[in-house]
Amino acid sequence: MDDPLVIGDRQYASRLIMGTGGAANLAVLERALRASGTELTTVSIRRVDTSGGSGVLEVLERLGIDPLPNTAGCRTAAEAVLTARLAREALGTSWVKLEVIADDRTLLPDPVELLEAAETLVADGFTVLPYTNDDPVLALRLEELGCAAVMPLGSPIGTGLGIRNPHNIELIVARAGVPVVLDAGIGTASEAALAMELGCAAVMLATAVTRATDPAAMAAAMRHGVAAGRLAHGAGRVPQRFWAQASSPPR
Amino acid sequence: MWIKVNGTEREVPDNATVAEMLAALGVPCRGVAVAVDGTVVARTEHERTVVPDGAEVEVLTAVQGG
Repeated sequence: MDDPLVIGDRQYASRLIMGTGGAANLAVLERALRASGTELTTVSIRRVDTSGGSGVLEVLERLGIDPLPNTAGCRTAAEAVLTARLAREALGTSWVKLEVIADDRTLLPDPVELLEAAETLVADGFTVLPYTNDDPVLALRLEELGCAAVMPLGSPIGTGLGIRNPHNIELIVARAGVPVVLDAGIGTASEAALAMELGCAAVMLATAVTRATDPAAMAAAMRHGVAAGRLAHGAGRVPQRFWAQASSPPR
Repeated sequence: MWIKVNGTEREVPDNATVAEMLAALGVPCRGVAVAVDGTVVARTEHERTVVPDGAEVEVLTAVQGG
């Protein structure tokens, strides 16, 4: 595998992590996931409908995508820990995308509850991927607790506002010893490319694809955006200049 | 006996194990997790763990999200 994404004990060729929320139906979701090339995709854990399963796991299985359960909707460390433990039993995976949300209007992570939940889950043997604020100090603290990656937001979930503080993302990347996954706020492919140019190891997104007019086309755009940004990050861009510099010889 | 499943009163056989309860509810065993009175029951314990009369049971599964 050329230039794999390494998180914990796993390797992925794709650096695009997808979510499954927001798709109009499972057929639309399946086409989008296939077009995205993703190998790791989040699902939520909810009460079963008496009519049976939701079918989302079958879609992931068909596409050979690893499910990554999240703790979406949890407000406290205790809720998130219980949800992660339920997810481990339901899906047979000890990986969890840890989300502990402060309030419904911003859906911003609650850093105090997040740290507590991360510490408990790491001690319980989970591979923890925390959704966090774009706060370089908090990202370091999460890494020190034993998280396998950190997932700072570009902007609040579902806003499509892109990366509001690129410098903070660069600061997180500069000091991180674990992969940094830009999570939330991505609206279009250029923003996914920017995340990778800033040095992120991967991008996680859902809304930008699932609620796009053509989800499969946007999924393909994201796949290429992530790949382009990764290549550009490693290629050594030219310095920015104030004045022009001719690229053709003078005579 | 009567238990509360995901907030709704349901009747299941007396002294049912978690596995027998899921069968009685018509829920597939695969891809679900069960908590009885707030405690997660490990998948390996589904056949052995008896659900107490009047228990509050949560049955969860993966759905689209994130």
